[in-house]
Amino acid sequence: MILSRKAVGPWLLLTPALLFLCIFFVYPLCNMLARSAFDPAPTLRHYTRLINEPAYLRVLLTTFEISLSVTLSALVIGYPLAYFLSQLKLRTANFLMVLVIVPYFTSVLVRTYAWMVLLGTEGILNQVLLGLGLVTRPLAIMFSRTSVVIGMTYILLPYMVLALYSVMRGIDTHLLHAAESLGAGRIRAFWRVFVPLSMPGVAAGGLLVAILSIGFFITPALMGNQQDSMISMLIEAQVETYFDWGFASALASILLACTLLLFLAYDRMVGLNRLFEAKQ
Amino acid sequence: MIQSTKPFVSRGGTELRLEGVTKLYAGTAAVDRLDLTVAQGEFVTLLGASGSGKTTTLMMLAGFTQADSGRISIGGRDVTALPPGKRNLGVVFQNYSLFPHLTVAQNLAFPLEMRKLGRAEIKDAVLRALEIVHLPDKAERYPRELSGGQQQRVALARAIIFHPQALLMDEPLGALDKNLREHMQIEIKRLHASLGATIVFVTHDQEEALTMSNRVAVMDNGKIAQIASPRAIYEEPLNRFVASFIGQSNFLPGKVLGGRGDGFVVQLTTGDKLNCRGPHQPAPGDEVLAVVRPEHIAVYREAQIDGHRKTISGKVVDTLYLGHTIKLEVCLADGTRLMTQSTSAALDGVVPPPGSAVQLDLGSRSIWCIPAVEEAK
Repeated sequence: MILSRKAVGPWLLLTPALLFLCIFFVYPLCNMLARSAFDPAPTLRHYTRLINEPAYLRVLLTTFEISLSVTLSALVIGYPLAYFLSQLKLRTANFLMVLVIVPYFTSVLVRTYAWMVLLGTEGILNQVLLGLGLVTRPLAIMFSRTSVVIGMTYILLPYMVLALYSVMRGIDTHLLHAAESLGAGRIRAFWRVFVPLSMPGVAAGGLLVAILSIGFFITPALMGNQQDSMISMLIEAQVETYFDWGFASALASILLACTLLLFLAYDRMVGLNRLFEAKQ
Repeated sequence: MIQSTKPFVSRGGTELRLEGVTKLYAGTAAVDRLDLTVAQGEFVTLLGASGSGKTTTLMMLAGFTQADSGRISIGGRDVTALPPGKRNLGVVFQNYSLFPHLTVAQNLAFPLEMRKLGRAEIKDAVLRALEIVHLPDKAERYPRELSGGQQQRVALARAIIFHPQALLMDEPLGALDKNLREHMQIEIKRLHASLGATIVFVTHDQEEALTMSNRVAVMDNGKIAQIASPRAIYEEPLNRFVASFIGQSNFLPGKVLGGRGDGFVVQLTTGDKLNCRGPHQPAPGDEVLAVVRPEHIAVYREAQIDGHRKTISGKVVDTLYLGHTIKLEVCLADGTRLMTQSTSAALDGVVPPPGSAVQLDLGSRSIWCIPAVEEAK
């Protein structure tokens, strides 16, 4: 069979990208999966160690707890914001949306350090609280689960707002008028009509933030502590400190599986195509 | 079949009244010192082009838009400051506005739940409402599973299920195709007759307005140009705007010669004399416009002598052959152009060629005349 130039052409354009992905992504990924079960010989040792050691299960639990806290905080902060934006004129909303998204282009590292400056013992927040006499001793916010959740929520908030906003924009305001004409007050119309119709956005934003937060590293590593270690920090420690590649690979495989599970849920509830679509 | 003994929509409905209502948008009046009274059980249509203020008027009645000045009352009670939910009016929106996350039954139950009715009572009312709109088997369906006409009927059922004092409809049939629209017009009329509801209906479709209403309010620039029965709107337009907005009209200029019976005699600028009537009895010498509908003009090839009625002579300028009808543009002796519309049968299927002389008969009844100069409101 002779392939015409036309048929081959588009595939040729893909070669650099495919080559890059194969060398720097597919190969290491396979390598990691292999190491988790074949280091040094075929074994399930790394996985049984994970299950048998309560400390490691605790890390997994902490990871889920932090992800959940971050997702809920992002929802609580993001929902009213997205609602506010969705009720504005399109031009004003677009402008304000840029303000929501701009921080997203700044390095996570920089933004994490910024929060450390704000929340530290000598930080601005404590200075203000002390200055106002609201506290007598500086609050120990930094290096706790609270500071990790604050930092991660801040960084992941734009995803939540974007997902919510695009769904809320599509809700027909006539429906709220209809609810009001049928005897609902403004608040009841909101709860009975707007909130249920915004649920696809809540599912999309929530799953997206959850997916991104279970694998988060920089912020928990810099703002957290050893007791509230997340799985990514444990993986790093296994590699950097103990040189235990097999166990690190097993942990990474578990993280990968959890992430894929969330993606599956996302696909079922929202549809993966929504992730890549421009809004609406 | 309606088996219920309890009427939907408080029987006879309630009187609606707008007094001096004004709504400004960016400094210009969308609705301008509007007065309108809709009597109990009356079907009134607000007819106008987009931007005429008809929808704004309806939205102020419903309470979604706040009037800048004036007073709105329902059944004698001032509701100007009342939110929509407290006005107890059924509203049918142009795009149906059914709740997409609720089934048909849940949509219908919504207003009753808001009124804290019991479960059994709600179930009964929903079943009855579905029967009234002939959709008893669609209770568990979601709106998106219904056709446009069915959605429209559900919207109608939802608007009447809570016994509102009146029904407000904002171009409810605009999104339906022609056949379905005619069918729904009949259903809404039947509903109006059986419920005796007060209905305010907004449309830009003049045929719809004429077929459905007790009275039609023709709106122009935030004001009511005329409010009257469909027949009066068509046959006796008050001004040039209404005469040209509803159907087509020819305007023949002339001067009043004097009174005659309950009408008066007008001499057209062509010299022809007509027996006329109008909204007011004008004084001799007043300038008027005779309003003549194209389909009221009979076209002949030769002068007809029929008692003391005389035909007007003219010359064909242009022709339009439409099969069942033939339209002619005719130039009169004074240069006035007018359109005629005859059935093909009346002209024996022959289209008079451009340039040929024709005789026009404006009919035996007196011609409706409006003042040539309209007094500013």
